[in-house]
Amino acid sequence: MAKWYMLTLVGKDRPGIVAHVTAALFDGGCDLGETSMLRLGDCFTIMMMVKHNGGAKALQQQLAPVAESLGLHFHIDKIDGHLHRHLQPDVHIAVYGADRPGIVAKVTNALDEAGLNIVNLDSDVGGTEDKPIYIMHIDGVACEGIAALESALAIVTQEGIQAKLTPIDVMIG
Amino acid sequence: MSVFEILTYPDPRLKQISVPVVHFDDELRQFIIDIEQIMRSSPGGVGIAAPQVGRLQRIVIVDVSRKSKIEHHGRLVLINPEITAYEGYTKGREGCMSVPDYTGNVMRAERISVEYCDEHSTQHTLQTSGYEARAIQHEIDHLDGLLFLDRLVSRRNDLFRRKNYH
Repeated sequence: MAKWYMLTLVGKDRPGIVAHVTAALFDGGCDLGETSMLRLGDCFTIMMMVKHNGGAKALQQQLAPVAESLGLHFHIDKIDGHLHRHLQPDVHIAVYGADRPGIVAKVTNALDEAGLNIVNLDSDVGGTEDKPIYIMHIDGVACEGIAALESALAIVTQEGIQAKLTPIDVMIG
Repeated sequence: MSVFEILTYPDPRLKQISVPVVHFDDELRQFIIDIEQIMRSSPGGVGIAAPQVGRLQRIVIVDVSRKSKIEHHGRLVLINPEITAYEGYTKGREGCMSVPDYTGNVMRAERISVEYCDEHSTQHTLQTSGYEARAIQHEIDHLDGLLFLDRLVSRRNDLFRRKNYH
């Protein structure tokens, strides 16, 4: 029976990486599940759910040539994951502020204590070299209600961080 | 139990353009009762369009009244609806009975005016906004073979394509 693996690839970014990697996976009989590619800094990063009939070693051998040709490091983990296991976030939180150490830790710890289960998070640094701005977007499930999260954010924002919470009300039609 | 089943993508009927209703008869009114039952039995369902059960006619039901703290007009049966005015843009999360296990962000007009007939062929005009306006736009899209998948914006960014909603 085919098993799911989490494939992580990292390396210097250049055009064509996704096309070459996915072609190699397709040629090797793999199926793709959910994937997430991000360009972080100057680096290419991707995580992919890959369904494969053979073991991790066979998948490793199959990927090695394409990874080497593209200058990518990769890592394979067998996972207990499956498709169709989405968690539906019910709150979105946008955060920004002058970049300084500890923003992510401060905000996410406050939200964790207030019952937030993070489903998606991405953060970025904008602004200029001398005046960097940290920007973060979080989707999550408010396990203890939205009021608890608002209280937690009210404390964080006293320290010069801007945070805006928006409930996500899904319209099913 | 309803005689109808919700079609799910990639059923090609969901990508067809529906035709206007001409006959406002008992058969039409019974059909509306039947699909309303499906809408209400679907978890979270606040709207349904006739093509979602394979009837390619311009019939929509929307009822967002079970949501608290929002502007709404109760149970709406919109036959041959036309959106005559759009104002503003807003991003919101949508799902669809015809696209299970996926939700995504979609830009919609914040406020709309709609002209439509009810099931007794009486003409109405409605102005609405927010969640109800979103539901109406989502359902009317079904009449033109459009799913919310056709209007997705990035999960990661607030950027959206400038788009003419007509």
